[in-house]
Amino acid sequence: MIEISHVNKWYTPSFQVLTDCTTSVTKGEVVVVCGPSGSGKSTLIKCVNALEPFQSGDISVDGTKVNDPKTNLPKLRSRVGMVFQHFELFPHLKIIDNLCLAQQKVLGRSSDKAVTKGMMLLDRVGLKEQAQKFPAQLSGGQQQRVAIARALAMDPIVMLFDEPTSALDPEMVSEVLDVMVDLAHEGMTMMVVTHEMGFARKVANRVIFMDRGEIVEDAAKDDFFGKPRSDRAQKFLSKILSH
Amino acid sequence: MNYNWNWGIFFQPNPMGTGTYLDMLLSGLVLTLKTAALAWIIALITGSLVGVMRTLPSKGANWFGFAYVEFFRNMPLLVQLFLWFFVLPELLPKGAGTWLKQLPNAPFWTAAIGVGFFMSARVAVQLQAGIGSLPRGQKMAATALGLTTAQGYRYVLLPMAFRIILPPLTSEFLNTIKNTAVAITIGLLELTGQARSMQEFSFQVFEAFTAATILYLLVNAVVVTAMRFLERWVAIPGYITGK
Repeated sequence: MIEISHVNKWYTPSFQVLTDCTTSVTKGEVVVVCGPSGSGKSTLIKCVNALEPFQSGDISVDGTKVNDPKTNLPKLRSRVGMVFQHFELFPHLKIIDNLCLAQQKVLGRSSDKAVTKGMMLLDRVGLKEQAQKFPAQLSGGQQQRVAIARALAMDPIVMLFDEPTSALDPEMVSEVLDVMVDLAHEGMTMMVVTHEMGFARKVANRVIFMDRGEIVEDAAKDDFFGKPRSDRAQKFLSKILSH
Repeated sequence: MNYNWNWGIFFQPNPMGTGTYLDMLLSGLVLTLKTAALAWIIALITGSLVGVMRTLPSKGANWFGFAYVEFFRNMPLLVQLFLWFFVLPELLPKGAGTWLKQLPNAPFWTAAIGVGFFMSARVAVQLQAGIGSLPRGQKMAATALGLTTAQGYRYVLLPMAFRIILPPLTSEFLNTIKNTAVAITIGLLELTGQARSMQEFSFQVFEAFTAATILYLLVNAVVVTAMRFLERWVAIPGYITGK
């Protein structure tokens, strides 16, 4: 579904953020990307739907190359759901309109169809009653669930999550993770940048560990948590799992 | 001070035979309003286009926006009006220059367009700041949903940016009204111009300019009040400036 091969990215000629990153996500797979801050994991996931450009290497999604200038990027992006750390709901639109905007303007759905789909998804994330409110009237956890519903409204073939729980109060983390776990169980292909190791243990098929722009470890979940091969990953795990 | 106050002057006939002196001032007020309205429309439309250009990723658009703003805001308004009114017709091919000079209402069109362009540079800078104040993730979220750049601006960035800059835009609107007074120098008989003629015909300088002052204050009070209502009308529930 996602093929990433030998991707390199520099911010300046002397500052390389991604070094020869190669991995893939197959259909129905849940891949968790973890690593210390500044390790390039958010950058990598943003390269997948071309929100960030990269200088060399290839990324393709469902067989379409994202770094090909001939690719219709808006069309490709409309099939790749993305959830951001800071939700990024559109504050001037009601919750239901947040879900309908791209359905209507990008997919060309009628207003009725978009609203029906939107209400179904809001119901699914448990926020049907909030449809007529504005984003600023919802809690962080609720906003992030709306953001997930907004991405799902586009019928994505894959979902990207960029630290979806990092900006949340601790008591709101689980309501968002619950929605993500359900999604994973339904067979959604997911690439998730997160520090939530509980989530990784529960639903991930594979775990990728990044450090200083490199993919240090790319292993099946049990291998990663059982016996990480690299020292760096071992140290990271011992630090975040010690409490 | 040896001055003969005469507040009854407003109800005496003016020497042009167009009614009373008050009628003269009111006709000036109407011309001020017409000039300011057209200038403000020009300022808003061109200012918005240029402001957006200054935030686009394209280097060419940035450069054009930069050059436009610096050209129009770094020259005194008076000099700009002189340029459009006296210099431009001489620089054009003879036919076009003569046509311009013989244009009916030339001072009106020159004043509206000249003040409009001058103010558009200021609107552009305000809008650029408004767009710049939005979180970077807003544009990313719009892009990730498959919206094109134009759609992202139309449906996501501009509705928020304009809300944020409404208070400073109110000041720019007031400045537009006040700046039309400069057009007296190219022979436009707007409110200040008519007050000046009244003074010359009747020698009642204090009465004439007191009346003009009050009329300017009234007009601007109406604009300020209207903009307050607009701000409240577009406020977003729950959002910082919302209700």
